[in-house]
Amino acid sequence: MRGLTAWCCGLIFFLPFAWMVLTSLHAEPDAATNPPAWGAPLTLDGYRAFFGAADGAAPWPPLLNSLTASTLSTALVLLLAVPAAYALSIRPVRKWTDVLFFFLSTKMLPAVAGLLPVYLIARNTGTLDTVWLLVVLYTSMNLPVAVWMMRSFLAEVPVEIIEAASIDGAALPTVLLRIVAPVAAPGIAATALISFIFSWNELLFARVLTGVVAGTAPVFLTGFVTSQGLFLAKVCAAAACVSLPVLVAGFAAQDKLVQGLSLGAVK
Amino acid sequence: MAAPSDARPAGAAAERGTPGPPPGHPARTAHGARTARTARPVQGRAAARSRRAPLLPALVFLIAVTQLPFVGTLVISFMRWNALAPDDRGFGGLDNYRAAFTDPDLRAALLTTVVLTAVVVLVSLALGLGLALLLDGPFRGRGLVRTMIITPFLVVPAAAALLWKHALYNASYGLLNGSLTWLWALFGSDAAPQPDWMSSVPLVAVEVSLIWQWTPFMTLILLAGLQSRSPDTVEAARVDGAGSRQVFRHLTFPHLRRYLELSALLGSIHVVQNFDAVFTLTSGGLGTANLPYTVYATFYQAHDYGRASAEGVIAVVCTMVIATFALRTVSSLFKEANA
Repeated sequence: MRGLTAWCCGLIFFLPFAWMVLTSLHAEPDAATNPPAWGAPLTLDGYRAFFGAADGAAPWPPLLNSLTASTLSTALVLLLAVPAAYALSIRPVRKWTDVLFFFLSTKMLPAVAGLLPVYLIARNTGTLDTVWLLVVLYTSMNLPVAVWMMRSFLAEVPVEIIEAASIDGAALPTVLLRIVAPVAAPGIAATALISFIFSWNELLFARVLTGVVAGTAPVFLTGFVTSQGLFLAKVCAAAACVSLPVLVAGFAAQDKLVQGLSLGAVK
Repeated sequence: MAAPSDARPAGAAAERGTPGPPPGHPARTAHGARTARTARPVQGRAAARSRRAPLLPALVFLIAVTQLPFVGTLVISFMRWNALAPDDRGFGGLDNYRAAFTDPDLRAALLTTVVLTAVVVLVSLALGLGLALLLDGPFRGRGLVRTMIITPFLVVPAAAALLWKHALYNASYGLLNGSLTWLWALFGSDAAPQPDWMSSVPLVAVEVSLIWQWTPFMTLILLAGLQSRSPDTVEAARVDGAGSRQVFRHLTFPHLRRYLELSALLGSIHVVQNFDAVFTLTSGGLGTANLPYTVYATFYQAHDYGRASAEGVIAVVCTMVIATFALRTVSSLFKEANA
């Protein structure tokens, strides 16, 4: 009974996604029909049309921009968050809880609150419409979550090993690289995936601060319908392609996802 | 930051009648004490500095990229500054705030934000609780169902909005109306109702798509909460003859309360800032413009920098109310875990 109810609920939640994938695999005339053509023959035309789009509407540059911005900002997040989490959990600074909560409070500042000054600074420094700008912003967006997650992962590293290494004269970078990183590797990987997902999904900053050169996949996607006219199969194929990296990353990090989403408050 | 009452977790535990701290707790306490003891008394200023050093890059970066721009927004909110009239720039006092608050559109946006956030959070919380309770028990294919339920949260929000707008809500060939036609045809009727969802119930349409996206979030956190409850207590209650309903009311619900608060508040923080769904589904039309969209429109379309900044500050004040509660809840859970 429980199983049946759960399966029904699961299928209901899964249905819109399944419908998106099914529609993306239909030919255009079969995609936009009423009643729906459930059993229409499958084709990859939607995907071919999406990737073969000519005239500056090719999806590769935006996908590449998203990949660059998300990957670089994730790397930067880890570079900043691992030492910070070390200072907050393994050898804590004074008032470390206050610092930890300061990190969290910045996450709760609405993005629109800093949009305009960021735009003006970017315009005056000539960084508008560059991936670098997004890298910096996405890093600040994900850093609080990463510090919180990393802190709870690093708390599991045995202090004795670190103390022994310190007595042997190991400097902080060595300790982080040789001891903390290998022990906390699964946690670091989960943090990286979540940071990647959030960066990949971001729309507001990318929409305002990028244009033709550095536009990301979500920006491309929202502009896709207006520029191409509505071809349902193609739109669904585009949505599926843009979501694919996040789906893969999300399914991989399923267990750790909760910890990231709840800012490490729930283990 | 308001410190949460330290008595609370202990009180809650006493209320539940938990027999002592759960296993694993003493170990963590010992660990905490150990980390505290590493602060040797001999260390001077140099040692404190070396302790702080790894923290500083992250802290400085975050202050520079998030706090300074907000100060900028605060300053510009008191200025007369429209990019379309660049010469008329100067100190404007409270003009922008006055203009913002007397603007019926902004008032409507405030109301929309409140309604949208409340409806989305409450409905997805209720659904999430039901799903978490379902997923907590054993059944065949549980992992698969869990994966299916997580999927909506993993679809890129902009893609999800497009999916709802074009593949589901569309009046002439969306799945909703298509299914209606199909169902009616099963009974031999060709007069199925074909409502135009996006224009007849625009706000509900936005809400449904967001509920679809946020229910998994609630489910995941509540499920983690359920699974952190010690099975022994439930077992004991069962042995004492408590029914499912009693177990839920007296054991599960009190335990879940703070997880419910946490997911509601973190959900609110995100939904109150929602931009993707409003922007993509309705472009803020038909009474669906929320505060973030309004700030975006004032800035991006009206180019009124002063006014947009004032609206941005208002958005921050509104979020701060939720954020304060969120921080308090997180810190009480956090204290409990570290106690």
